[in-house]
Amino acid sequence: MSEPRNVEPAAEASRVTATLRVNGEDHTVVFPVHHTLLEVLREGCGLTGTKHGCELGECGACAVLLDGRPVLSCLVLAAEAAGHEVETVEGLQEGNRLHPLQAAFADLGAAQCGYCTPGILMTAKALLAQNPEPTAEEIEEALAGNLCRCTGYRKIVQAVAWAAAILRGEEERPPEEAFLGSPLPEVRR
Amino acid sequence: MARRVFGEPVRRREDPRLLTGRALFVDDVELPGMLHVAFVRSSFAHGRLNGVDAAAARARPGVVAVITAEDLGSYWQAGPLLVPPPPIEGIVFHQRTQVILARDKVRHAGEPIAAVVAESRYLAEDAAAEIYADVDPLEPVVDLERALAPGAPRVHDDLGSNLAAHVRQSKGDYAAARRRARRVVGRRFTYDHGAAAAMENRGIVARWDGREEQLTVWDTTQAPIPIRNGLARMLGLAESQVRVIAPFIGGGFGPKIMMFYPEEMLLPWLARHLGRPVKWIEDRAENFFATSQERSQIHDAELAVDGEGRILGVRDRFLHDSGAYDPYGLTVPINSQCTLLGPYRVPNYDSEFKAVFTNKTIVTPYRGAGRQHGVFVMERLLDLAARELGLDPVEIRRRNYIPPEDFPHHHGLIYQDFSELVYDSGNYEPALDQAVEMIGWRRFKEEEQPRARRDGRQLGIGVVSYVEGTGIGPYEGARVTVETSGTVSVTTGVGTQGQGHFTSFAQVVAEQLGVDLDRVRVVTGDTGEFHWGTGTFASRGAVVAGNACHAAAAAVRDKILKLASELLEASAEDLELAEGEVRVRGVPGSAITLGELAAKANPLRGAVRPGTEPGLEATTYFGPARGATASGVHAMIVEVDPETLMVKILRYVVVHDCGTVINPLILEGQIVGGVAQGIGNAFYEQLVYDGEGQLLNASFMDYLLPTASDVPPVETGHVVTPSPLNPLGIKGAGEAGAIPTGPLFAQAVEDALRGAGLGLEQLEILEIPLSPNRLFELTEALRQGGGS
Repeated sequence: MSEPRNVEPAAEASRVTATLRVNGEDHTVVFPVHHTLLEVLREGCGLTGTKHGCELGECGACAVLLDGRPVLSCLVLAAEAAGHEVETVEGLQEGNRLHPLQAAFADLGAAQCGYCTPGILMTAKALLAQNPEPTAEEIEEALAGNLCRCTGYRKIVQAVAWAAAILRGEEERPPEEAFLGSPLPEVRR
Repeated sequence: MARRVFGEPVRRREDPRLLTGRALFVDDVELPGMLHVAFVRSSFAHGRLNGVDAAAARARPGVVAVITAEDLGSYWQAGPLLVPPPPIEGIVFHQRTQVILARDKVRHAGEPIAAVVAESRYLAEDAAAEIYADVDPLEPVVDLERALAPGAPRVHDDLGSNLAAHVRQSKGDYAAARRRARRVVGRRFTYDHGAAAAMENRGIVARWDGREEQLTVWDTTQAPIPIRNGLARMLGLAESQVRVIAPFIGGGFGPKIMMFYPEEMLLPWLARHLGRPVKWIEDRAENFFATSQERSQIHDAELAVDGEGRILGVRDRFLHDSGAYDPYGLTVPINSQCTLLGPYRVPNYDSEFKAVFTNKTIVTPYRGAGRQHGVFVMERLLDLAARELGLDPVEIRRRNYIPPEDFPHHHGLIYQDFSELVYDSGNYEPALDQAVEMIGWRRFKEEEQPRARRDGRQLGIGVVSYVEGTGIGPYEGARVTVETSGTVSVTTGVGTQGQGHFTSFAQVVAEQLGVDLDRVRVVTGDTGEFHWGTGTFASRGAVVAGNACHAAAAAVRDKILKLASELLEASAEDLELAEGEVRVRGVPGSAITLGELAAKANPLRGAVRPGTEPGLEATTYFGPARGATASGVHAMIVEVDPETLMVKILRYVVVHDCGTVINPLILEGQIVGGVAQGIGNAFYEQLVYDGEGQLLNASFMDYLLPTASDVPPVETGHVVTPSPLNPLGIKGAGEAGAIPTGPLFAQAVEDALRGAGLGLEQLEILEIPLSPNRLFELTEALRQGGGS
């Protein structure tokens, strides 16, 4: 097949070319005008970390940041995102260093199957940018639109609170051997 | 010495991939030339299918093929019976499994009728909307009792009725026990489970490589090996020509077991038929209509007790909703039947059930797999008996526990794994004591509840216990290889859906071989990597595959010691494995790394001698004689708003015994996640079907999953009674958290509302799920009845 992916032959006329700025990089993509940001991120930009769970705006699995605000990428047309800053889970870490949210999730076991996790990480990032010291209730409120079926949420709420403390400089960043099977540090609850 | 890793709360080794968005899920598979599939599904629950007109769809640009039952030719077939009926005397079982595409009848809303293959998902769905299925609707079979009434419409025309199965199991003499009883309490109980609602919908990508004559299938299955075996047989291929990959799976919980869903049988055929890769990703509505569920049972049950509240016997008659087909046999109702007995001594038991075909989505195991239904009935019966005898719920349970000296405990019934129901080990009273202590039972009853009532707040407390048969056979295998780099590869056949297998299996192997966890690489869920096995279900991954990993690692350890003792000229007893080396204990400089040893075990010169094998590798299998029985006690305190009937959970305590623990961090995640699903089942989730067999709430807007605000902190305690059935002493933990929440809710809500001066002294909660609406109906009926 020589045709680009995600292009309906029947919809040739309605194709658009747009440059999306995702995680600080420009992606020039061609896509049918009715495609969602979720579809274009996954199929056009090859950024498959953002997941689809319902494509109806009900589950939060596809949450990304648009100019720092969490949006459900299944409800945003990709064309609308042109000219805005899009952030996805792929842009969360700095080089090889995990973002404190990612590290805290690992330290506390806040991910299980991992399918809802990218959307939750991005929603939590937006929360912490706006409210560096959220209470558990505020975290629960911020994540009310993100469904998770594995964890029961408690570890997620703790991990967000701990990441907030790290970002405020009140907690140590987790040790570098975070993923090398070292015993866990004591966590203040 | 290397750090001990077995039993430690080490971080999960899969997390770096999952947390950065790099983990591969089925929907992330993108292949050149890939076509997309959409399904035309029945909008009727029951109907005669006269024909399918797909001419307009076939003519649309971008449509490659439209497939109906007729187009499948000799490939049209019913799926396999995955679990045959157990060998129970007098059992009746009618096998009716789902077909690839409906041919003459549709039997539930959402059943696939035709598939469209097109250049994009949009084109496929647009074309599907133009296909006309000519269906004459028939009266649907919805209600369980009416389904068995004479003259009821039949789901399967060739059967004389809608009876799918009839099973009776008994022990002792219930009738005689009932005559001796001081009290007999009997009620009708209904328990409805729900949708597993994994965040990832199902999906399949299939590719046929005509040059290699190889079929590769990426499938959201919990059991890739049985799927590989079945697909090979159905397609007339050798098993070695079919590779099924279950990559990262976004939650399983049962319905992603080796189901041979219609889509799962069709996509591989399409890939081969069309010579192009095909992809189908379920949408959320399809997940509600077409992914299996667990639903209602209606129990008419009674409990006979003596004057001290000791159980003399239980009699139960129940109906089980099978849905339109019964591919998973009787696992769910047999689990209900057996798990009802709980941690209690029940000398006389008479249990009979009828499984019923209905025009609804197929019922197969969902986390708990029918155990909830049985536990609900028994726990409620105990509460009712306790009330009649003036005992508290803690005391009646304590009096009936199987004592620790009475293990193994033979129940004389046949369990879902076809072996006798025998509890291998257990120690129930310490768990009860711990839970009662943690929740502060006495203080609550004596101080907190009366004080709250004086303040006009209705608080209630509950405590329930349960057992869970886990870790059933038949077997799993594992291959452990020390590579020349020193990396240890561990490969097993089970799939993984978030249980942390990449970590727990690595912990088992690292402990045996004295290597750091970061040198252990675990592969699961790829039939190209491991040929034999069953899958991840029945809380068996850690028990069965974990012990297979342990056995394979032990065999490699023996090879290491044998070879090293020759090379180091020391006896094996004097050697130790640590830090990736083998060395003579107490002799500095004697070490040889495992990588070097692996190279010497596979030399470029010199023959492999008879009786030896190249490399440091072993493949070993583990098959337990029977399942290991985990157990636990849950307790909680709720506050009920008497106006809105909203229930808020103030405290939730779990004390659990799953034998030896590999990783407490992972275990706690399993328990708390299970509790969250139990809370959803008890108070938020219900699949609502109307009289036409239509599911009315097939979306997350209408089917309510618990959110972050709805799940309270869960305080956990542990009792460890290692299982004697496997070398590691493990019992499964995957489903336990979800099992006893329903009766716990019922007990605690009753405790909050009875005796509060609200006119609700007669309140009995005999059904799950509850909701504020349903609680309002129940309490209002009492208030009205009391007033008239």
